[in-house]
Amino acid sequence: MNANVETGLPEARYTYGGDEFVFVELAEAMSLKVNFRAMAITNRLREENVEGVMDICPSNASYMVRIDPDVLHPDGLISRLKEIDEEVGDVKGYELQTRVVDVPVMMEDPWTHEALMRFRDRHQDPDATDLEYSARINGYDSKDDFIAALLGSPWLITMIGFVPGLPWCYQLVPPEEQVEVPKYVRPRTFTPERAFGFGGGFAVVYSVQGAGGYQLYGLAPAPVLDVKQRLTDFEDSIVFPKPGDVWNYRGVDREEFDEIRASVEDGSFEYRKKDFTFHADRALEDPHAYNKEILGVLYGD
Amino acid sequence: MAIRVKSPGLLTTVQDTGRFGEYAIGMPPSGAMDVFSYQVGNYLVGNDDGAAGLEITYFGPELEFTEDAVIAVTGAEMPSKINGEEAPTWETLQVSEGDVLSFDYLKNGARSYLAVAGGIDAPVFMHSRSTYTLIGLGGHEGRALQEGDELQLGEARNGEAQIGKRVEDRHIPTYTKETELRVIIGLASYRLTEESMKEFLNVEWTVTPDADRVGYRYRGGELGFVEREQPAGAGSDPANVVDFGYPIGSIQVPGGVEPIVLMNDAVTGGGYATIGTVISADRDRLAQSKTNDKTRFRSIGLQEALEAREDRRKRLAEIRDALA
Repeated sequence: MNANVETGLPEARYTYGGDEFVFVELAEAMSLKVNFRAMAITNRLREENVEGVMDICPSNASYMVRIDPDVLHPDGLISRLKEIDEEVGDVKGYELQTRVVDVPVMMEDPWTHEALMRFRDRHQDPDATDLEYSARINGYDSKDDFIAALLGSPWLITMIGFVPGLPWCYQLVPPEEQVEVPKYVRPRTFTPERAFGFGGGFAVVYSVQGAGGYQLYGLAPAPVLDVKQRLTDFEDSIVFPKPGDVWNYRGVDREEFDEIRASVEDGSFEYRKKDFTFHADRALEDPHAYNKEILGVLYGD
Repeated sequence: MAIRVKSPGLLTTVQDTGRFGEYAIGMPPSGAMDVFSYQVGNYLVGNDDGAAGLEITYFGPELEFTEDAVIAVTGAEMPSKINGEEAPTWETLQVSEGDVLSFDYLKNGARSYLAVAGGIDAPVFMHSRSTYTLIGLGGHEGRALQEGDELQLGEARNGEAQIGKRVEDRHIPTYTKETELRVIIGLASYRLTEESMKEFLNVEWTVTPDADRVGYRYRGGELGFVEREQPAGAGSDPANVVDFGYPIGSIQVPGGVEPIVLMNDAVTGGGYATIGTVISADRDRLAQSKTNDKTRFRSIGLQEALEAREDRRKRLAEIRDALA
């Protein structure tokens, strides 16, 4: 594969997803930079309001556009996308108007524990919990150290999908610190709603109960999907996460978990969140220093 | 109320053209799986495009009309009956208050569509009445119909004038137990070995019992992936990729032995390598295939896919004009 000198990333692959989709794989490997490119390209396409474009779906290291080919020929879109790709280039100086969000999660909660124990026969290591297994294969001395790493640095929402509202989250840490785990050998037939899981290089919050193959670590008390739009955070959309959001998973104990659940039930819950201008360069150059600043924005007065 | 569900059948749902424009939040379109049969039903009863009807899967319901109505049944070869007497399909019929519509056993195809003048007046959720059962939204209470459900109808436009109109025989599809589906190879097809891609296109695949509105699974061959060091973020299985979007109609092969074609209620993304996409014009026929039917995939280019799309559009326009 030819490397593109400017971005240091491989050439993008443009292909047709049947007659109604154009699929663009920017890179086979995940990285922060490739996700910034996917967001920058799709944001620019959205701003252009191209007639015949029906859906614009940024994803981790790729993106997809659904078109009405009776209005817009796929090749016409592809040539415009190639121009945008060049304009975006290596995302130097890329800024994203976003928000930073506090997302409570109770690790090792009783509900996901019960679920993962039910499906040990589908797991790589039936004698360990998902957390113990993940900590070990990622070289951590204990599962507590592993949990501390997951809860210690914020995450970027790099894709939404699978089912409505499910966020893929990629941690804002240098490549050598990225956690990576396999999915279950065979997927579970049950995952609790709001389970906090991990697969490949991504953390997720399952938006609904259902099948799933990610390692299970905990449970979030607050929803990411609210079809009835009862909560303030869901006034504009049934889905809370947005691509480009910066989330900090914060560990909570059972007491706080129950308090948050009660406020979700009575409709008063609201995520703690702050508007934020995200500078891609700083996240790439010195993520730990930048993360401190991000958390200061979120939790400072 | 206008329709009372005496028995629901195997899986009967309210569907229209679908819930478009929400793919980026992970919302699949839902909507009628066989767009052709669904649309023709609306033409027969004089509905505007997009009026909601019922999608009837494998085994039909028993529906009692509590007011006079104008209806048409299209789609699968599943004989319909009114008060126990066989009634024609692909034809506009008058039913009276108290009449019961039921269905005989499925002979060919998989899905029938009931169109009613005025459309099924289920609540609109995110600009569509289509049922998406996984989350429980749209349609009638977000689920398949159950015994005792009562459905409302919308304002009929011109139902009476349509009674007795019939789709010309040459336009009525015949369904067989062998289907050929045209695909555009692409997406992450580079993950399959060359021999496996040949095998994928040569094998006669069999539809497994896992064939529903989410997707169709097939068995019959074994495909292998190109060996590589798995890229960062993808996970260790050779079928895994860094999670990306799945087009409707896209084909993935988890484990190499079970190709899945994603359909209207599918997941919108995930971490399995996709190798190509069934073109939109052929998904009507896919939706009429069923467990144990045989399927072959034929590779075509974009031009042929666009021509097939245009052919279907012209054919539907011709039928609509003939019935107007």
